Amino acid sequence: MTDGFLLKVYVAATILLMVGMALILVRLIAGPTLYDRALAVNSFGTKIVLFLCMFSLIIGRADGVDIAILYALMNFIATVAILKFFRYRALSEPMAPLPASAKFDALRERRRNERSR
Amino acid sequence: MAADKAHGTQSVGVDIPWDAVLDWGLALASSGLILSGVFFVLAGALGVLRMPDFFTRMHAAGMTDTLGAEFILFGLILQTGFSQMTLKLLLVAFFLFLTSPTATHAIANAALKSGLKPQLGTYKAPDLSQIEGSSNEADSDKAGGH
Amino acid sequence: MVRFAVVLSIIMSLYWLTLSFYFEPLIMGFGVASVLFTVGLCYRMRILDAETVPYLHMPTTLAYFRWLFVEVVKANFAVVKAVLRPDMEISPTLLTVPTPQTSDIGKTMFANSITLTPGTVSMDIGEDGILVHALLSEMANADDFKEMGERSGWSVGEETSL
Repeated sequence: MTDGFLLKVYVAATILLMVGMALILVRLIAGPTLYDRALAVNSFGTKIVLFLCMFSLIIGRADGVDIAILYALMNFIATVAILKFFRYRALSEPMAPLPASAKFDALRERRRNERSR
Repeated sequence: MAADKAHGTQSVGVDIPWDAVLDWGLALASSGLILSGVFFVLAGALGVLRMPDFFTRMHAAGMTDTLGAEFILFGLILQTGFSQMTLKLLLVAFFLFLTSPTATHAIANAALKSGLKPQLGTYKAPDLSQIEGSSNEADSDKAGGH
Repeated sequence: MVRFAVVLSIIMSLYWLTLSFYFEPLIMGFGVASVLFTVGLCYRMRILDAETVPYLHMPTTLAYFRWLFVEVVKANFAVVKAVLRPDMEISPTLLTVPTPQTSDIGKTMFANSITLTPGTVSMDIGEDGILVHALLSEMANADDFKEMGERSGWSVGEETSL
């Protein structure tokens, strides 16, 4: 009875969500700093989660929501991992100041040279 | 539950199709929630595009994460009745509720620690008529630079 | 310790049931085995404490979330108005908010609530408080933050505040 109406609403909302995703994608490509891009990736992930929930209701199967749960968790972990990687240039390092080892000194030296060039 | 209601009222004699009313009420409520959630998501995306620097864009993105996501998910929950799907959608809402502020804080903190300076003080968007040339001299005086 | 293990097992079992929704003995057996395995791992990692298994005081926490939701809606409309205005008049402000909470979870709740409210983001936490970036200068109101801080401390069961 209300299924046709709701389907129209879902499809319209999904299309509008995709417009929002396109806007975020512009910021992802244009973002001047790394942090803008990390923010855009995180926001894009949230929209994908919403999109998956909507999509699984449109096709009437519960499987999409499982993927949405996973995506919500992975999105958070990915954001933190990206930030950690760009701060320490290694994923295995603890969240602490850079250790004063010869390897990292060389790495820092090389990065400074690259930046000054 | 809806069926009991329908029987109760039909015995009085008033012929109101309570099932249909309930269905349409739920459908309208959930579509209203979904569409307002989508409005917040779109406004957040527009804000991420328009805002002048990173720290202000962050606020616009946070808007999507809170009301946009929760409204859309609760609109969907109204339609699933009580099933496994409802519980899963509640889990999605819960995880987004927990992780999005933490992720925003992580990005903000990383940006601050890396030496990105927030732009403070009043900011106004540059007037379009000033950028494109002087097509509109009349209101060019109220356009403030930053 | 036993208390935390029991609470963690109950939460994990509910989580498993939500995700699987099969009530056959074999699958439920797998669920019990994985719950026990997870709790055992947590015990071995020595993380079976109040931080992993937060004892939230449910009634006060729910009341706090209801109050927070109203605040979030209000702040959302303010931010939407600022974003959609053609001249987009914003005034980003930095301020330091003192943290009256005594426990770590109270402080976490406070900082998370600040970030959850659109227009204010907690950027750094130090000895003297939380560094907050506000989108509009009228959002950087110390009294509002004081109220939110007291309520978030109260929501996790702190006696000292409110």
